[in-house]
Amino acid sequence: MSKKLTFSISDTINAFITTIPEIEYTDGNLSGTTVAIKDNISTKGIETTCASKILRGYIPPYDAHVVSLLKSAGAAIVGKTNMDEFGMGTTTENSAFGPTLNPCDNNRVPGGSSGGSAAAIAAGYCDMALGSDTGGSIRCPAAFCGIVGLKPSYGRVSRYGLIAYANSLEQIGPMAKDVTGVSRLFSVIAGHDKRDSTSVDRPYTHTPDPSIKGLRIGLPSEFFGEGVDPKVADTVKQAISTLEKAGAEAVPCSMPSMSHALAAYYVICTSEASSNLARFDGIRYGPGGDLRKSWHEEFSDRRQERFGKEVRRRIILGTFSLAAGYFGRYYQKAQTARQMVRDDFTRLFKEVDLVAGPTMPSIAFKLKEKSDPLQMYLSDILTVPANLAGVPAISVPCGKVDGMPVGLQLIGKHFEDEKVIDAAFAYEQEAA
Amino acid sequence: MVNSEDVRKIAKLADIGVDDGEIEEFTSQCSEILTYFEMLDTLPQGKGVDRGLINIFREDEVTDSLSQEEALKNAKETENGYFKAPRVM
Repeated sequence: MSKKLTFSISDTINAFITTIPEIEYTDGNLSGTTVAIKDNISTKGIETTCASKILRGYIPPYDAHVVSLLKSAGAAIVGKTNMDEFGMGTTTENSAFGPTLNPCDNNRVPGGSSGGSAAAIAAGYCDMALGSDTGGSIRCPAAFCGIVGLKPSYGRVSRYGLIAYANSLEQIGPMAKDVTGVSRLFSVIAGHDKRDSTSVDRPYTHTPDPSIKGLRIGLPSEFFGEGVDPKVADTVKQAISTLEKAGAEAVPCSMPSMSHALAAYYVICTSEASSNLARFDGIRYGPGGDLRKSWHEEFSDRRQERFGKEVRRRIILGTFSLAAGYFGRYYQKAQTARQMVRDDFTRLFKEVDLVAGPTMPSIAFKLKEKSDPLQMYLSDILTVPANLAGVPAISVPCGKVDGMPVGLQLIGKHFEDEKVIDAAFAYEQEAA
Repeated sequence: MVNSEDVRKIAKLADIGVDDGEIEEFTSQCSEILTYFEMLDTLPQGKGVDRGLINIFREDEVTDSLSQEEALKNAKETENGYFKAPRVM
């Protein structure tokens, strides 16, 4: 039976690019639950911009698989959330629609690139949201805004209808105020979709279980070392103690591949981006162009005008990494480093059930604080290993530093998303 | 390390327009980032990548696709059911 919901908010933090004032929804597991969708996920009939001028006015003629699933489950889709343009960033400042503000402190960023989704939940505008995570883009804003965000195992959620940035790394995932909400949303979006050839038949039907007696949690020294704010590291160590009180065992360990993981990640994601973003020529969709010019002149001018600086920088870096003469030096070596990260996780998961550490090395940055691109990239160091290996990882709030939320990151073995969710739930219950 | 000519050439290859004013900024930022990437130089070349990849095939069957009208809906310039594009030659 079709029902109606009115969505009316005063969006003082710029969490949404588009809102839907009147929503029709049906019965189902998520009937009437308000869900926001990151603006890089296609929604039939609703403008989808990737927070970019180059897609302004684009109305997808089809729904992403996850959106079809949400509609079938009766979710009320309330709008499209702000993000770093094409998912490129760690702050949601790289948006053609202006930055989103962190609801916990409006002078700070909400994290990125799914900053609008996290902020919308933290501000109480909606119950749940979808984000996408290429190098931490769900977990980072979850940590900075004090909510829960899961990057599922690669393949567990269809990417059909997700506007591609770096296909081999990115996953759509659930975000909510608590682990139960994330689990409910994940149960709707996980499962096989034949339209995504990397999709696997692993539906999620689990109910979070807080009994973690005997669970072995590895703490790589690299997650608590140089570059990590000692106050953040201490807060996360206290959270680990809480898990120990609940019956888990903390095991010191090491992840040597971390030294190369970030460079490998940025070579791979910029390379894939340079290829994926070649499709944006303003001809088939977007604001259109000047057809009196020649192809390359028009294409080049429009992309300069309508792509933000971070997007153009990554396309240049990716084109360079893939160029003849440099391919072996950058891209192939990055694949070697990626395999080393996978090997490290395989070795660790023979000894432990989960790997834990901070989600982000610091609390949320102040707006415009990170103006140097490399310094910004370095803040992704703790989240990118899970994307390189395709393993599941969650961020759950675990306390505050200087009044701002800190996230505990729990990383699991491929397809053991249930175990990651259980441990996050156990922490949440024990800390409550 | 890259110089301004490299950045100009790469930007042209990628059809990303750059102003003279931007060249210096992109050159210095890309140089810094590529210098950071050089840490990969210490790794062995061609270590086997094990992704457990398999081919995904489907039957070669005719299925529904977007209609011509839907496919053209977002284009600003069309003519006789085609996308209208700038000249290539």
